[in-house]
Amino acid sequence: MVLAEQVWKSFHHLEVLKGVDLRVERGQVVVLLGPSGGGKSTFLRCINHLEKIDAGRLYVGGQLVGFREKGGKVYEMKGSEVSRQRAGIGMVFQRFNLFPHMTALQNVREAPRHVQHRSLADATEEAKTQLNSVGLGDRMDYYPAQLSGGQQQRVAIARSLAMHPKLMLFDEPTSALDPELVGEVLAVMTGLAQAGMTMIVVTHEVGFARGVADLVAVLDSGIVIESGPPKQVFEDPQNPRTKEFLSAVL
Amino acid sequence: MSTPSAAAAPPLRSPTLATQPAPMKYIPVRHHWRWVSAGAIAFFAIALAYSLAKNPSVGWGVIGEYLFKPLTLRGVLVTIELTIISMVLGIAGGVILAIMRLSRNPVLGAVSWFYIWFFRGTPLLVQILIWGFLGALYPRLCLGIPFVGVVFADFPTSSVIAAFTAAILGLGLNEAAYAAELVRAGIISVDPGQTEAAYSVGMSWSLTMRRVVLPQAMRVIIPPMGNETISMLKATSLVSVISGTDLLTRMQHVYSQTFQIIPLLLVACIWYLALTTVLSIGQYFLERYFGRGTTREVRQEVALATGEAGTLIGAGAGAMADQKLGGDHR
Repeated sequence: MVLAEQVWKSFHHLEVLKGVDLRVERGQVVVLLGPSGGGKSTFLRCINHLEKIDAGRLYVGGQLVGFREKGGKVYEMKGSEVSRQRAGIGMVFQRFNLFPHMTALQNVREAPRHVQHRSLADATEEAKTQLNSVGLGDRMDYYPAQLSGGQQQRVAIARSLAMHPKLMLFDEPTSALDPELVGEVLAVMTGLAQAGMTMIVVTHEVGFARGVADLVAVLDSGIVIESGPPKQVFEDPQNPRTKEFLSAVL
Repeated sequence: MSTPSAAAAPPLRSPTLATQPAPMKYIPVRHHWRWVSAGAIAFFAIALAYSLAKNPSVGWGVIGEYLFKPLTLRGVLVTIELTIISMVLGIAGGVILAIMRLSRNPVLGAVSWFYIWFFRGTPLLVQILIWGFLGALYPRLCLGIPFVGVVFADFPTSSVIAAFTAAILGLGLNEAAYAAELVRAGIISVDPGQTEAAYSVGMSWSLTMRRVVLPQAMRVIIPPMGNETISMLKATSLVSVISGTDLLTRMQHVYSQTFQIIPLLLVACIWYLALTTVLSIGQYFLERYFGRGTTREVRQEVALATGEAGTLIGAGAGAMADQKLGGDHR
């Protein structure tokens, strides 16, 4: 589903990704761990072309992200093509990024209505279904400012799901939440994983990684220093830097 | 400080079981100098008002005569028309220019930059004069295909661009340049996370701008734009240089014959003040509309409601903290 081959990314002179290799199969849940500054969020943002990679190859569903390969040459994709690619990839942000001038229902039905050009009735139905599935059926007409953090993040998840993506990206989805509210968001994510969604999650929630992830990859200083099933990475890490990081986190 | 022994420590009490005692009695801070300064200001204000009331040159009788004369009212109407039409032209132009400036197309960016540079760089009075006397630059206006000699229509400039049109062009196009910078400031004030979220559900740049960014930018744009409208109301008085028919010009015509300069200028001032007050009230309602869902009052209400319930249930602190985190991620 996702294939990263020697992905490099720099911001001006700061090299953040220095040759990331990662392979994610369809239906797999991958958790990206690592010290801050290691490149986890940057790598995630490259996957849906919010950041443009500088070197290497990044594929989602067999297609290059943000570029087209034709006759041996690489062409940059037009804006509309990139938008179409992004519509198949959902992203959930640390700070929710809900549209504050719209209610929860309006937030979720915005993309189906205006990107997929579905009818108002159709898009509203879709939005209601998604909001119900994350447990917010009774809060549809509330504005984001009237919802708790956990509720807002669940609306954000519903907003991404309404587009029926084949891949979901989570950038520290619970880091901005109070501890009591983390559980409700992780529950939604676990449900999604069990339903077979391909997910790449950047998180510090070790419990989630142990319980739900199929693969754990540790990103440090721009490369994947260790990857494997959670049991192996947590209990028998091979790389000394992994051991260092885990001893600080566990 | 020595810690008291466990036996001497007072028993802990749940805060929800105790009732609040009567508020404590205290002597508030006395502000003596406030009374002194208020008294002094009141004295000077009354003295000023008295001297104006008694001054024969103010001509209160003349003011009363001209305040509601049809001639004056027609002038007020023209002033209002000029303000509204020029502001509509200015805001529309400003939004277009701001979007051009922010687009990825370098040609649009350059054109927009040049327009703003020119129309902000020359005095408004001069711009109005040029539009009024456009006939000197382009004596005839032709509609046709250039360089081939085909002409569909041909007019002398002065008959197409009368004083009113020239005034609107001068005021509106100038306002567009200033409005563009206000709109651009509003747009860049919107949290970049908003565009990222819109992009990640597949929205295009133009859809994002239209549905997500501009509506939020309005909260930042409205107050200074209200300011611009109030300025425009006064700027309309400049059309006197091209024989406009607004309020001030009419007053000038009258006093050039009757020589009662001060009273008639005061009539104009009173009307400008009245109109400005009405506009300020309108701006208040407009700000309320664009602030829906995000104003402090809404957030505080919900925080108090969930907070109070939460003290009993134990999740209040979390909900209140989330209110701050979730509702205000700017």
